[in-house]
Amino acid sequence: MDMENRSPEHGKLWLWLDERIGLKDLEKLARKKEVPVHQHTIWYYFGGMTLFLFIIQVLSGILLLLYYRPSATEAYESIQFLMTEVQFGWLIRSIHAWSANLMIVAMFIHLFSALLLKAYRSPRELTWLSGGGLMGLSLAFGFTGYLLPWNELSFFATRVGTEIPGVLPVIGSFTRRFLRGGNDVTGATLTRFYGIHVAILPAIVTIVLGLHLFLVQKHGMSRPPSAEREGEPKRVMPFMPNFLLRDLVGWLCALGVLAALAAYYPAELGKKADPFQPAPIGIKPEWYFMAMFQTLKLIPSHILGIEGELLGVLGFGAVGAVLILMPFVDRRAAAGRPGRFPAVFGIALILYSILLTYLGYTMSPTK
Amino acid sequence: MAEGTLKQFIERRNFLNWFLGTTAGAFVFSVLYPLSRYLTPPPVAESTARSVTLSLKPKEVKANSGQIFRFGSQPGILVRTQTGELKAFSAACTHLACIVQYRSDISHIWCACHNGHFDLNGKNIEGPPPKALEEYAVNVRADQIVVSKKV
Repeated sequence: MDMENRSPEHGKLWLWLDERIGLKDLEKLARKKEVPVHQHTIWYYFGGMTLFLFIIQVLSGILLLLYYRPSATEAYESIQFLMTEVQFGWLIRSIHAWSANLMIVAMFIHLFSALLLKAYRSPRELTWLSGGGLMGLSLAFGFTGYLLPWNELSFFATRVGTEIPGVLPVIGSFTRRFLRGGNDVTGATLTRFYGIHVAILPAIVTIVLGLHLFLVQKHGMSRPPSAEREGEPKRVMPFMPNFLLRDLVGWLCALGVLAALAAYYPAELGKKADPFQPAPIGIKPEWYFMAMFQTLKLIPSHILGIEGELLGVLGFGAVGAVLILMPFVDRRAAAGRPGRFPAVFGIALILYSILLTYLGYTMSPTK
Repeated sequence: MAEGTLKQFIERRNFLNWFLGTTAGAFVFSVLYPLSRYLTPPPVAESTARSVTLSLKPKEVKANSGQIFRFGSQPGILVRTQTGELKAFSAACTHLACIVQYRSDISHIWCACHNGHFDLNGKNIEGPPPKALEEYAVNVRADQIVVSKKV
């Protein structure tokens, strides 16, 4: 054994493990990792925050599995039982519901800060694309999870949500049937969404998230062009322990907010879904689908002879495609030149979403 | 290796590669085909009933009100207009398939999801719905309401 290994900071167990799994290499890797320090450093924390909330989702989701029964006749009742009879059942479910929302918030902050700071520039195109994939997966998690309580709101949200791809030409009706597990939203849809929510999506996320984190580790954090141009010496802080400890502070704050929300505003259950009742007045989707929902509400039935909903859906697709493909759309950044397009696009998208979401919550549902 | 043998070797290698590739392709197909068929939901026999007798009595449907009923596996809406006429339509909104309701305050059929309005002939008159609701024929026979498809 060399001198380094006998240093007092490592105990016998560490040395034993090191010989078998190579802890020293991991330690070297962790010590090497640095985080750039500049005026925008704060935005680096939101990726880790999203990850932290995702871990909470996995843990609370596993706990919910122990009581949940995925069928149209039992789902609602099993959650009612969980909320009223099981000790702290309300807490676990409320944490799952609130953490989902907070995770989406953290993810959007992470997404838009990476967009505005142009973190997608070469060589980080695949990091950006895998992040886009994770966003799609998160929204799919939200959409499939929303149905599982089998209540009125979730039933109609799913009826509308699965009808949306149905307006597309050629592939539409097949996609709708495929998603619903039949022609209508029924118990078959619930079982299908359950399988997607608890098995298929987690499996895919594990792979894509692994790739995303590997790429972040490989390339390090991106220093934004605005911080590069200043000509100052490039300041950094070590990841271990400086950045990680700051991360932990953020996670602790998030946990505090989460606990308060879950305790003071527990998740509601609403009325059991009835496929033969009209959609309730004031029906609305999760807040992160509100801007799209409100757009579909305001769009006229026909524009230039084309059905409004088809245009709306194609519009969402086009905006999503520009966002996901930004590393290849923004040729100026790829060539190392400054450009305003991502900022204009990003801010316009943020303002549009905020405005439509605001309208969605404030416009009278009956007028 | 003589030039001829080399050429022959490369040709044989190409042949073998092609053969292996085809086998791999066939293998992938033999996995993906059953998988994709498995994931596609089987067709369920749709109710082909062309008419349905409602459990409601004509007297129970008040003027200026509406009610959802089952037409096979699909929801329908039965409306009695202010003038006392009974009308029935498909209750699935032509926009994104939410279930519509009758609003007595404006005497419209209305969809709560995206604020679509239909008049009492099922015609889309306001909001995003692109088409009229399918209208059914309503017949009152003695004390029973029979709703049937028109075409």
